[in-house]
Amino acid sequence: MTDTTSAQLNQHLRTPDLFGSASGRIITLVFMVILLCVPLAAHFLGVRLQLVSLDFITRILCLAIAAVSLNLILGFGGMISFGHAAYIGIGAYCVGIPAYHGYESGWLHFPLAIFASAAFALVTGAVSLRTKGVYFIMITMAFAQMGYYFFLSLDEYGGDDGLTIYSRSMFNIINIENKLVLFLVTYACLVASIYAVYRIVNSRFGMVVRGCQSNEARMKALGYNTYAYKLTAYVIAGGMCGLAGALLGNFTTFISPDMMGWSRSGELMFMVILGGTGSLFGPVFGAVTFVFIEELLSTFTTYWALPFGVLLVLSVLFIKGGLNGLIQRGWRRD
Amino acid sequence: MLDIQGLKKSFGGVIATDDVTLGVDTGELHAIIGPNGAGKTTLIAQLSGDLTPDAGHVVFNGKDITTVPTHRRSHFGLARSFQITSVFMGLSVIDNVALAVQAHDGHSFRFWQPATTQARLRKPALEVLEKVGLANRAGTIASAMSHGERRQLEIAMALATNPSFLLLDEPMAGMGVEESAAMVTILQGLKGEKTILLVEHDMDAVFALADRISVLVYGRIIATGKPEDIRKNADVRSAYLGEA
Amino acid sequence: MSTLFFIQFLNGLQLGVLLFLLAAGLTLVFGIMDFVNLAHGSLYMVGAFFCATLTFWTGSFVWAVLLAIPLTALVGLALEMGVIRHLYQRDHLDHVLATFGFILIADTLVHLIWGPEGIAIPLPEYLQGQVQILPGVIFPTFRLVIISCGLLVAFGLYWLIGRTRLGMLIRAGASNRTMVSALGIDIKTLFTAVFALGAVLAGLAGMLIAPITEATIGMGNDIIITAFVVIIVGGIGSMKGAFIGALIIGLIDTLGRSFLDDILKIFIPVNAAETAGPAISSMLIYLIMAGVLAFRPQGLFPPKVR
Repeated sequence: MTDTTSAQLNQHLRTPDLFGSASGRIITLVFMVILLCVPLAAHFLGVRLQLVSLDFITRILCLAIAAVSLNLILGFGGMISFGHAAYIGIGAYCVGIPAYHGYESGWLHFPLAIFASAAFALVTGAVSLRTKGVYFIMITMAFAQMGYYFFLSLDEYGGDDGLTIYSRSMFNIINIENKLVLFLVTYACLVASIYAVYRIVNSRFGMVVRGCQSNEARMKALGYNTYAYKLTAYVIAGGMCGLAGALLGNFTTFISPDMMGWSRSGELMFMVILGGTGSLFGPVFGAVTFVFIEELLSTFTTYWALPFGVLLVLSVLFIKGGLNGLIQRGWRRD
Repeated sequence: MLDIQGLKKSFGGVIATDDVTLGVDTGELHAIIGPNGAGKTTLIAQLSGDLTPDAGHVVFNGKDITTVPTHRRSHFGLARSFQITSVFMGLSVIDNVALAVQAHDGHSFRFWQPATTQARLRKPALEVLEKVGLANRAGTIASAMSHGERRQLEIAMALATNPSFLLLDEPMAGMGVEESAAMVTILQGLKGEKTILLVEHDMDAVFALADRISVLVYGRIIATGKPEDIRKNADVRSAYLGEA
Repeated sequence: MSTLFFIQFLNGLQLGVLLFLLAAGLTLVFGIMDFVNLAHGSLYMVGAFFCATLTFWTGSFVWAVLLAIPLTALVGLALEMGVIRHLYQRDHLDHVLATFGFILIADTLVHLIWGPEGIAIPLPEYLQGQVQILPGVIFPTFRLVIISCGLLVAFGLYWLIGRTRLGMLIRAGASNRTMVSALGIDIKTLFTAVFALGAVLAGLAGMLIAPITEATIGMGNDIIITAFVVIIVGGIGSMKGAFIGALIIGLIDTLGRSFLDDILKIFIPVNAAETAGPAISSMLIYLIMAGVLAFRPQGLFPPKVR
């Protein structure tokens, strides 16, 4: 093997690039800059349009983090989890319940949110991943519903009525009571999440998870304990979504079991599909598009869910590869 | 090296493997032939760990592996190829093989460093590719390859786990004459170096390659012997080759 | 205590047969078409609203049910022929997303047509009262009617699947799809019929429960998850599993909610039991599900396929 050149060794190193195809990269970057700058500009110029307000975009960013985490298992690992909103709820209650008892430190809330979500993912994933296909979809859904009913039964923390958070998480270095700071923190968390997923899916671990999606039988035959790797990915995604939940709880300052209802999980899943599974920024496109359409429709009509549902059905029937696919394809055609 | 002792498996009354006993010696290329529905697939599934037999034992290098899960068998040195091509379609050829190398390079709970630039994965991967004649296709995405090339990749992935024993499930399936000839050359290169259990329909290939042949009919081994003996065996001729 | 237990047992049975009506359709549609229908709960809701309107038009709950059944079947037919048959070839992910879309559509359409409020359905007098079934045990007549209807349907399905030509095709279709089409049976029609049958069963469940709970928007969205738990426990695709699973889940859920805190009080302090009781009983069926899966990932009665 003396003739092995490094050029040969380094052939084909591009799965998956941080930004997709070379041309898609420009759109992605511009999009991320817009997502940062437009709400900032609107804030400082005093524009009062809801769609570009810091509040509105902060909510989208929280959901985008959740969608990015779901994409890690759904898009790269092929695990169709229909219970991902559970971690949003758990994360949010990890802010709300300590705050209710007077523990306001963010250094408690955030690690707790991530840890509790990861722990829930570990336990439910250990059972769910023993099954496949449609069983897995239904079981993840059922476990999330279990979480929903659990928080619903906690009368101490508002039960059905929800729980108001009177003070956001306290950090000694930054003050997220300020919505500008909260926006920037959330944006940073989103970027960090995307980068983390990027590193993970290209690492040895990520290659294994992607291999499981592509052909699990082969992975086993090669000698991988696929169950352990998939469960680990499931736990990582859960923890990351717990972070999204803690941020969302801080943002809304009101939490209720509805945050983890199964329609929320369905929405997250739709964001990922809409954006294009298995692409790093796809879930962000998906989250933004989803929330924008929802918001726009709801300003026109109280029956916004009707056209929205139709849109959903049509997009399943006719769009393949999601928005990211459209962007990458559309650009290449030129 | 591999001892199959009294293996039995049935599905709801249908007996797929009926008391199969078979030994594969170290360094040997042992072929299993048999008509469709003879139970070859079920036998392979029990050897690879996808199915647990109802009775009997699979002993590998003196260790009873009858109930050892699939993924652990690979670490004992047992590798397999699949009848239906099982490569990672979305990955490049070298990434496919590198993933096989990685399976035997410690655990894969390494979350941060990119895997696709690691020379300790890619160098052995490329060596294997050269062995099966795919080195010049290293950068091609698996889905863009021809059927014959994918079959070669299939072998390469099994080899990349550095096995002492190869379980090859119809490596020539669906191949043309030229592609089959190329595969025979590859297998000839492996002969002696690895112990091989070859399940194959292609008679020319089997008789050209095998040291010994076992004939499986209705879940039973009806004959085992050298190719020339099998050719002459009356039972085999009537039961399998369709001659009176 | 034993009287209360008996009454709660009957309540659990009533929930169980309702769950069976829902789970039967789900498991049929999955077993034969390999299709995951999240919007099954919407058919339950639609059945309830049809029944509500028809009760006011005809003045009779019984007539309303008899008329609402074919109407619900029509909705099922339209849904299947309009969209769902185009999704059979897709993967499960597409199934859940599209039918999730249908839930949104159905909920909003019902809102548009019937308004945001729930609709109470008046029962005829002879169904309103209570009957004494055992000395000292009285039970609402209508709940007994629900139980009998559910059991009747279960027997009907047993007969349909075990004894009729359609049933034979259903069994054949569940175990070997290609064989059925190879036999020259119009598989498309079979699929449509099965989907409509599932729709009717779900709709019937909605009609039966509506006089107790009112017909409300989104009424199917929670119970459908419980129905999922039923078929996961019973084994997806198995009618026997759906029936036994439904009774188990219905009974455990009902009895857990009524008695768990009392049982806990034996072991732990009273106020702790009063907090933990509702929390645990609300999760009980999911814990059962997890327990079953841990030992039998394919459910209690996995269908014999291949």
